[in-house]
Amino acid sequence: MLHSLLSGDYPRSRPLAAILLIILIGLALTPFLFPGSQPLNTAAKVCIFIILVASYDLLLGYTGIVSFAHTMFYGIGGYGVAIALHSAGPHWGPLALGALSALVLAILLALVIGLFSLRVRAIFFAMITLAVASAFAVLASQLSDITGGEDGLSFRGPALLRRSFQLFEEPVFGIDITGKVLGYYLLFFIALGLFLLALRVVNSPFGRVLQAIRENEFRAEALGYRVVVYRSLANCLSAGMAACAGMLTALWNDYTNPDTTLSFAIMIDILLMVVIGGMGTLYGAAIGATLFIIAQNYLQVLMGQLSEALSAAGIPLLPLLFHADRWFLWLGILFVLSVYFFPTGIVGKLRSLRK
Amino acid sequence: MSDALLRLEGVNTHIGRYHILHGVDFTVPRGQLTMLLGRNGAGKTTSLRTVMGLWRASKGRVIFDGQDITQLSTPEIAQAGIAYVPENMGIFADLTVRENLLLAARQGDLDTARLKWIFGLFPALEKFWSLAAGSLSGGQKQMLSIARAIVEPRKLLLIDEPTKGLAPAIIMNMIEAFRELKRSGATILLVEQNFTAAKLLGDSVAVMDDGRIVHRGAMAELAEDTNLQQRLLGLSMDAHQ
Amino acid sequence: MSTAAASADFTLPKVKTDWLPILLVPAFMLAALPLVGDPSTWVTLTVAALAMGMMIFLMASGLTLVFGLMDVLNFGHGVFISFGAYVSLIVLVPLADWVEAHNVWLNISVLLLCVLAAMLVTGALGWAFERVVIRPVYGMHLKQILITMGGMIVAEQMIHVIWGASPIPIKLPETFRGAFVLGDAAMEKYRVIAVVLGLTVFGAMYAVLNRTKIGLLIRAGVENPEMVEALGYRIRRLFVGVFIAGSALAGLGGVLWAFYRQTLTAGMGMEVNVLIFIVIIIGGLGSVGGCFVGSLLVALIANYTGFLAPKLALISNILLMVLILLWRPQGLFPVAKR
Repeated sequence: MLHSLLSGDYPRSRPLAAILLIILIGLALTPFLFPGSQPLNTAAKVCIFIILVASYDLLLGYTGIVSFAHTMFYGIGGYGVAIALHSAGPHWGPLALGALSALVLAILLALVIGLFSLRVRAIFFAMITLAVASAFAVLASQLSDITGGEDGLSFRGPALLRRSFQLFEEPVFGIDITGKVLGYYLLFFIALGLFLLALRVVNSPFGRVLQAIRENEFRAEALGYRVVVYRSLANCLSAGMAACAGMLTALWNDYTNPDTTLSFAIMIDILLMVVIGGMGTLYGAAIGATLFIIAQNYLQVLMGQLSEALSAAGIPLLPLLFHADRWFLWLGILFVLSVYFFPTGIVGKLRSLRK
Repeated sequence: MSDALLRLEGVNTHIGRYHILHGVDFTVPRGQLTMLLGRNGAGKTTSLRTVMGLWRASKGRVIFDGQDITQLSTPEIAQAGIAYVPENMGIFADLTVRENLLLAARQGDLDTARLKWIFGLFPALEKFWSLAAGSLSGGQKQMLSIARAIVEPRKLLLIDEPTKGLAPAIIMNMIEAFRELKRSGATILLVEQNFTAAKLLGDSVAVMDDGRIVHRGAMAELAEDTNLQQRLLGLSMDAHQ
Repeated sequence: MSTAAASADFTLPKVKTDWLPILLVPAFMLAALPLVGDPSTWVTLTVAALAMGMMIFLMASGLTLVFGLMDVLNFGHGVFISFGAYVSLIVLVPLADWVEAHNVWLNISVLLLCVLAAMLVTGALGWAFERVVIRPVYGMHLKQILITMGGMIVAEQMIHVIWGASPIPIKLPETFRGAFVLGDAAMEKYRVIAVVLGLTVFGAMYAVLNRTKIGLLIRAGVENPEMVEALGYRIRRLFVGVFIAGSALAGLGGVLWAFYRQTLTAGMGMEVNVLIFIVIIIGGLGSVGGCFVGSLLVALIANYTGFLAPKLALISNILLMVLILLWRPQGLFPVAKR
């Protein structure tokens, strides 16, 4: 049972398994363990980013290509849902239609970009995707009739998922099961399902070919695998998953705007999460995303206190380096160090501890 | 027996995971033209590249003019006095003929007398002096690549298959040029597939197979012994006569 | 021998200059004239475009050379642009009087001092960046992209640490404010200055690349670095030199860009980074001439469409890139490789 769920890809490290289990249980029981909307929002964000980062890892870690268009696909998912619900009202039908069209669009776009630029060199693909993604972001903020421009689109989700909806008359374990909680569990299980699906993909024969291409493109080509085809498929798959993550975000937030889905800052966040967690291991995506979002929400507070303490002690410069807004500096440094010294990230480090 | 200008001692070279040279030993005597022969994939090009430091020897030594150059970098090896003409000629297509030669002149300017001598060997270069090297024909590119190696006197020339893909008339021109080079006292290590050319030019010869030296001797000896040729190079009588 | 020489004579090679991409520039300008309609508006737009093109060229030229020479693509190139822009504060703050002075020479001096300071600092930064960030990852494209991205994040945050996170307004020196008026056409003085400065640097680069031995080595190195080594030159030194020069040029571009926008933000380098990538893809990776033509084309199309169809303007450069790649998949001037 567990074997087939994880597709035979075990954490292979006791501490790693423990951390993953903590994340899983934490996410599964957030509504009960940490009541309130702030923890629930954080948990939802973690779930979404695990999918987003895992789908990016399919490209970066498993296929060895760098794309900067991942947020574009994420945004397509978000806008697909937003546009459908905004224009046709809070019903399941438009939601399904919006989701489906977003998925198709994302995959087609990924295919076109892939065929256009993947046959050249990895570096070329990185540049092209960067350019295309930035153009897309501009487009989304300019076509305000459709996308709502810089402000984005706000809408209402289906009634079942609203805060005002109550599943039971009585609280369960002291918690009201509102539509928000239902929505969280919907999101949680979709995310879990997608994660296990990704795990299955990378452990399938298809996934093995991708890794063979990453290791040695020419050898894979010589063995008869059409590298361009495999890379394009991986690109499409990854884009589709990113679009799903975008849909979940939109549905959770009840809005979609360029800043939260299309901005380059999110692309950088994803990159950091993948690398710090560990490239080429989907578990790394889970750890990276969790760690990053917790840091985003709580590291700032810690650093703010440290900075105040330092400036109270009269030490120059250091207070500036530890200013609450500089948390990203430290993650950036951690990122650079990761690329040099532990290219397999936290997961790789944990796994090597065992030996 | 003249002394050796270049000596390879038990050289092993790996390219990636592949072990290409398995203990190569041979010498290039000063003032002679040494032929390095062998089938495709025998390790001839790898040997030249290892001498130039473009691949690193994992074991063994390369001694040039009494100095161990095994660990030197490619530019240092070139500065020690070795000129290299790679198999693909390595000319700079976007640069003119003049600029190509100018780059090879490390002293700064081109020496007029020597240039005249080179134009005597390869008249086409004078003619196309200020054209982009990329627009030359294959034979002219090959001439340019050799001219680049001799634009200043070097102690040793490593030349990889200069006759490859050239028309017979141009090959004869090449052979003439090499004879003139020999007369000028140059020491040359020449990789060649064209046995006729090898016979006409070589003083001594080393034959490689499967990353090893399988024969060393005088060229004249090998040229007369058809059985040996057959065994070492797989040449049949009528292939080159 | 004579027969061979004769046979060589018969094939007289022709060398062609590839004029087509260069002609695109005047073609664009002419095509825009009837579309824009009003000649004086056209002049204003064209001057603005040329100024923008020059600045993009300055910022992009180093990147394309570094890529061509060493196969290293620095995704953090924008850092040098931002740093260059911020370093001008070192000059502008203490010399605020010179900026406001109604004295041409003081105004010019303050601009030149800004440029000098920016180039020195970004050159030094480039040297450090090459040593610390890039050297360990030669030949590994994936790591290069990641590490230079990381370097950019850290450097951008350092700008926040040093100069603060909020945008800083800067002022043009007095002389360069306002516009020249030629008939009905207004040309902002600063844009004209930017064009002159850009052309000067391009001319100097062209001369170095074509008339000096260093330039010859760089051009040869772009084509075949291994052979340059086999001829006895240390390509590493050459590369470090080019990296420093490229960083300094980006710094110079950053200063000009900053005065153009009259605001400093830490992210300004990264914002133009996208534009720079488009330019060097259009020009052909590694080609300086292509980079120049590409910069002009991108700037022209951005300014003309900005006037004719503002919504289209922001993605005009992508469309241009796609069209050019469909025409020439390796860019306008593909660099001969090995």
